[in-house]
Amino acid sequence: MRLAGAAVFLAAALLTGVLVGPVDLGALNVVHATFAHVFGLHSPLSGADDAILWQLRLPRVVLGAFVGGTLAAAGAAYQGVFRNPLADPYLLGAAAGAGLGATLVAAYAPGSGLAGDLLPISAFAGAAVAVLAAYVLGRSAGAAAGPAALILAGVTIAAFFTALQIFVQQQHVDTVQAVYSWLLGRLSTAGWREVGIIAPYAIASWLILLGHRRLLDVLAVGDDEAAALGVNVARVRLLVVVAATIATAAAVAVSGLIAFVGIIVPHTIRLLFGGSYRMLMPLSIIVGAGFLVFADVIARTIMSPAELPIGVVTAFFGAPFFAVVLRTGRRYA
Amino acid sequence: MLYRLILVLATVAAVVLLAGPAAAAGPRRIVSLSPTATESLFAIGAGKQVVAVDDQSDYPKRAPKTTLSGFTPNVEAIAAYRPDLVVVQYDSGGVVESLRKLDIRVLVQPSAKNLAVAYAQIKQLGAITGHKKAAAALVIRMKHAIAKAVKSTPRKPRTVYHELSPDYYTATSKTFIGGIYKLFGLRNVADAADSSGSGGYPQLSAEYILSSNPGLIVLADTRCCGQSVASVSSRAGWSNIAAVRTHSVVAVDDSVASRWGPRVVQFVQTIAKVLRRR
Repeated sequence: MRLAGAAVFLAAALLTGVLVGPVDLGALNVVHATFAHVFGLHSPLSGADDAILWQLRLPRVVLGAFVGGTLAAAGAAYQGVFRNPLADPYLLGAAAGAGLGATLVAAYAPGSGLAGDLLPISAFAGAAVAVLAAYVLGRSAGAAAGPAALILAGVTIAAFFTALQIFVQQQHVDTVQAVYSWLLGRLSTAGWREVGIIAPYAIASWLILLGHRRLLDVLAVGDDEAAALGVNVARVRLLVVVAATIATAAAVAVSGLIAFVGIIVPHTIRLLFGGSYRMLMPLSIIVGAGFLVFADVIARTIMSPAELPIGVVTAFFGAPFFAVVLRTGRRYA
Repeated sequence: MLYRLILVLATVAAVVLLAGPAAAAGPRRIVSLSPTATESLFAIGAGKQVVAVDDQSDYPKRAPKTTLSGFTPNVEAIAAYRPDLVVVQYDSGGVVESLRKLDIRVLVQPSAKNLAVAYAQIKQLGAITGHKKAAAALVIRMKHAIAKAVKSTPRKPRTVYHELSPDYYTATSKTFIGGIYKLFGLRNVADAADSSGSGGYPQLSAEYILSSNPGLIVLADTRCCGQSVASVSSRAGWSNIAAVRTHSVVAVDDSVASRWGPRVVQFVQTIAKVLRRR
């Protein structure tokens, strides 16, 4: 029932995303042309309009869904393994690491720039290195320190990587604009290539996180209690963190830092439908995907033909909505 | 005795005659933290008075480039060059006030909004550095060259898209560079996205660029972001755009297209050359 509702929400988002844009293509034409492409038939649209639909709009909608679903699922997973409601996908330094990776490319490989193949690789590597460093540092504090040590290590690594990033940026003032636009998150240059980059990571991570739903519920009672119930706490935590982080790194690599999705989507679902990961995880993926697609529709149409950074939209519309849910919700778990 | 007095007087006179005009010719130790001002100073013959320029001043090559930053200026580092004139583009971090406290003359020349302001800034630099005539002559040469280039192009209704970054940041007609396109009578596709908030530099959606089908694309993101005629042609869907089909995509030097100094003439001539084709 809830899953069906979420699926309808996602379907509505995808449909709106494909139909609405700065260029009016006509609803019938869009549907017709999309089917034509999928089944290899002749598209009713002109060459330019067809390119707009198939090369720009569709990949952007699909990418938005992948990124949104990934960030929301990763956020929910982090909140579970760290038992911290403020945890988001960037908690362990993924954002700072990816930011440093992107800035390094912008500063030292201007030939490839923010449009080239190097940026996603570098951002991905930066995020992975940062989280790995945080994990090693957190573990060195000893298992007794629990999830708090890991979070503190993440904060430390994030601060250090952010400092490096700002230093590099100050040394290369000409990169400020490019880096800044990347930091605000963007789907504006999305293409099928980006979809191809994120899809395998996103799907693999979704499957792993969905497979750990029940264990995440067990973890909520505390490390010792979970261990007493026969759960290998450290292993579950590592596996979930790795899955969530790799998917987050892939999302960041293709779309920059889109804030807030990983926090408000899982919490909204908790407030509306309760906190059990059995439902929370699949709902987070579906609703997160729909939410980001809707946010992107706003980002590319509200100031049309200008673009609004998507990070601004997710926070501007997400924050008040979340405030309302927080005030009216009673089932906070 | 008298002979000696005459000698002293003659020496004094010589010093006054020789050094006097030079002293009156204004600052002898100029620090420029504005790449545009650096270009203008050298173009009007004040280059010998320039002792240091900021890390972004990459033209002309003989300019004494240092690690000074106009973006995050350090007053002590600037003062270490013992300047008697500092030219800045913006008052970053209260640098103007701090330098004036040290009795160092500061000239602020912000980004020009149009050619008239750009000319006025060159003349101002000329007046202050003692190269008034050279500055006036340079401005006249620039005006002639620009007028000639504009006149050489056919008056056909065409649209232009000026790309500042590969994620489609652009410049409207309200900006300096947009004003240049207006000289040619080009219609700027960015104007539809003009809003007070964007400051004349909105980010366009790719869909809109494709549907507005610009007849001329100017890439001012070649150095920053490695864009080229080839990379634009290979973007998904862009092969249909008129500018790509008619080979009217121009790659320009980012800094030439973002400054408002003497090299704006080169930029205008580049655009004119493309518009004359076909």
